[in-house]
Amino acid sequence: MASKPDHASREVSASRRGFLKASAAAGGGLLLSFSMPGLLDASAQTGGGALNVFVTIAADGAVTIVSKNPEQGQGVQTMLPMLIAEELDVDWKDVRVEQAMADAARYGRQATGGSNCTPTHYEPMRRVGAAARLMLVRAAAAQWGVPEASLRTASGRVHHDGSKRSIGYGELAARAAGIAPPDPASVSLKNPKDFTIIGKPTKNVDAPRIVTGKPLYGIDVSVPGMLHAVYQKCPVFGGKAVSFNADVVKAQPGVVDAFIVKGNGNPEELLDGVAIVANSWWRAEKAREKLVVKWDEGAGAAHSSAGYAAGAAAFSGKTPEQSIRSDGDVDAALGKAAKVVEATYHYPFIAHGTLEPQVCVVNITGDKAELWTPSRMPGEARAYVARALNIAEADVKLHIVRAGGAFGRRRQSDFVAEAIAVAKVVKKPVKLLWSRADDFQHDFYRPAGWHHFKAGIDSDGKLIAFKDHFVTFGEGGRFAPSADIAAGEFPASHVPNFALGASLIPLAAPTGPLRAPRSNALGFAFQSFIDELAHAAGKDQLQFRLDLLKTARTGAPGNFDANRMHAVLAKVGETSGWGRKLPAGSAMGVAFYFSHQGYFAEVAQVAMSERTFKVEKIWIVGDVGRQIVNPLHATAMCEGSALDGIGSALGQKITLENGRVKERTFADHPFIRMSQAPKVQVDFLMSDNNPTGLGEPALPPAIPALCNAIFAATGKRIRSLPIDLAALGA
Amino acid sequence: MTAYTLAINGAARTVDVDPAMPLLWVLRDELDLKGTKFGCGVAQCGACTVHLSGVPTRACITPIESVGARAITTIEGIEQTAVGKQVQTAWLSIDVAQCGYCQAGQIMAATALLSAKPKPTDADIDSAMDGNMCRCATYPRIRAAIKEAAGLPTGDARQIGGE
Repeated sequence: MASKPDHASREVSASRRGFLKASAAAGGGLLLSFSMPGLLDASAQTGGGALNVFVTIAADGAVTIVSKNPEQGQGVQTMLPMLIAEELDVDWKDVRVEQAMADAARYGRQATGGSNCTPTHYEPMRRVGAAARLMLVRAAAAQWGVPEASLRTASGRVHHDGSKRSIGYGELAARAAGIAPPDPASVSLKNPKDFTIIGKPTKNVDAPRIVTGKPLYGIDVSVPGMLHAVYQKCPVFGGKAVSFNADVVKAQPGVVDAFIVKGNGNPEELLDGVAIVANSWWRAEKAREKLVVKWDEGAGAAHSSAGYAAGAAAFSGKTPEQSIRSDGDVDAALGKAAKVVEATYHYPFIAHGTLEPQVCVVNITGDKAELWTPSRMPGEARAYVARALNIAEADVKLHIVRAGGAFGRRRQSDFVAEAIAVAKVVKKPVKLLWSRADDFQHDFYRPAGWHHFKAGIDSDGKLIAFKDHFVTFGEGGRFAPSADIAAGEFPASHVPNFALGASLIPLAAPTGPLRAPRSNALGFAFQSFIDELAHAAGKDQLQFRLDLLKTARTGAPGNFDANRMHAVLAKVGETSGWGRKLPAGSAMGVAFYFSHQGYFAEVAQVAMSERTFKVEKIWIVGDVGRQIVNPLHATAMCEGSALDGIGSALGQKITLENGRVKERTFADHPFIRMSQAPKVQVDFLMSDNNPTGLGEPALPPAIPALCNAIFAATGKRIRSLPIDLAALGA
Repeated sequence: MTAYTLAINGAARTVDVDPAMPLLWVLRDELDLKGTKFGCGVAQCGACTVHLSGVPTRACITPIESVGARAITTIEGIEQTAVGKQVQTAWLSIDVAQCGYCQAGQIMAATALLSAKPKPTDADIDSAMDGNMCRCATYPRIRAAIKEAAGLPTGDARQIGGE
């Protein structure tokens, strides 16, 4: 489809001026920097058919587009180039995608996470493509001696309709590369109705290599002369290595070396451990079976999940250590309520379980280092390496490889730090790979939490008071990573008397973001308790929530738009056929949650059978703004997120005993399987808001929707995860 | 160390390794066939699934000395079989993969299923694929792709109450 002549019918957004800057680069090439507030400016050498650091057009018209961010399965490697290709006005079939190296100076910040790739790149990447396109148009105008405004582009060609001439981008590329770069902030963008790539189902660019087993992942990288390493850390968090049976370990077949590495005490970097280096990973892992380490376990050994639970119970009925929000007078309102509902909810620590364990390949040569790592924040990894080796960041060549999943993991540099520490000693290229047990025992866990809820309903069945004493982890008033809660947590602002406070328990284990951090746990607790309130009020579960979203707002509103949530909730009522007749033993539950700027409402249907249940179907309705960039992967993210959430509720927990994590395998901490996976229906509601991301927001409502359905079917309220029907006497 | 001559993807390959070394690591580290993946090492995830004489087998717990003369087929060679090629084509058509790490094992398991049961039911798919964990939970698309490869309608036909 042809786009309109340049500058006609094209929207220009001045609102985001400054996101991109262009200037002449040394050597006469184009420097088009991707610059956002607080981020590094670009500096790049370009040449030949390179129109900017992202776009190269060969003389034969082949288009190469660089994808800047790490790919972990969300589809960013396909989506980011789609945004550029759209405005460049080429056919997607002619585009070859190339993964960027870690190089913030060229590409800006290269992080994948927080469902952030779409909202932070939707317009800037389009501007990259539009700026390159304008250079091609200007090259054609100069070649033909016609005004720029008389030209239009389509499918990788510039057309001059007046003289019925057209020319391919490939023939213009060399001239275009020498043209003064336009200011990307001022280039015009397509009217979305003219999109030919954005909004079209577009397949994963790596899929042909995935289905044929090509080496794509960090674990697949081989470097000549490379050794293989395992790294045994103290099973007790914070423990130190004192000594080990080096003679025995070094005598094992294939073992090249074994030694203690002293850490820097930062779990996100380097902890103490024993490295075993061998001529194959299997031999290193076999040798580990003979390893006996004397550890100084330290104070962490006194920590246990049972101890934490007792600590949390002790806070019940007490005043929270810190107040996070207080609207109205919650205790007075509770005193006047017609009905008071009180319940404690709990969720456990859980682990990420990326199917590709943590891995890093490193080759240090003199004062340079080359790495292959699935880090999802490669800039941080690169900075760490430069610091650890005391070399310039420019001398750290970091390959961003496809990651075998992340789910919030791989933002830390721990596995990179271990590989560097080992390679420094053995002075050879090293592949450091974790075992599955390493991965479960040294994760950055989703923090456990407890919520002591109390709420009041008036005689009309309206919610008038809501109180949560949240007990989680932290010290000195500071929450552990990903353990905090926002003051705007729903139903804040939708109930006149609201109090949210928190108390903290000191924690030995490291915590961190796990897909939909905070929300994956808070959604369960809050949306399940709200379900209890709907029952207490004698209202329909869906209607009670719709009414709550329409309640006049009080206090600080935050960035939650209740109207958008109301719309997706009403819609999921329609798609699921909420209220329709179900067979005996079947029931539906509903929940909604706002996270990562996405509005999601979901209905789960379960069928009870003797002693167990089956999740039959999940209906998902989401609102992530006015444009779905790639419907194929957008739907996939929603399906995967909801199923991931259900899997976590069905069986996952990490248990600390004597400071050690008990779980070591996928049997101990199971993820959802084919036979457990329900049907999933995904619908999007379009709203006139900027497009936002989908890596996470479909996950949180799935868990409470399921638990609420189980209650509807059985009368058993799930107040603790993972779901244990036996414990409920089902 | 012992020398073994293996029949891999139709070619004879010789390795000199410890008899206890699992086939997974022989493939990956001795023969540079990186398509077969390590996920757990204890036959719980299915990422290492290969075929031994057509039978889906967890390479991570298969000592090389136990392989014998059985033909080894890996993801790199599965396109040589008609069913394998159909499965790969369906995987691309449905665009199954997210991170993709488990998909070699999924394709090997699906190929074995369709070789044994060319028109599988949903229950057949559940039982044949349950040992292959997909951490991204691409199960709806795996199910659809198996059906597409089988020439069946790709919709999720499982009956649910009241719908």
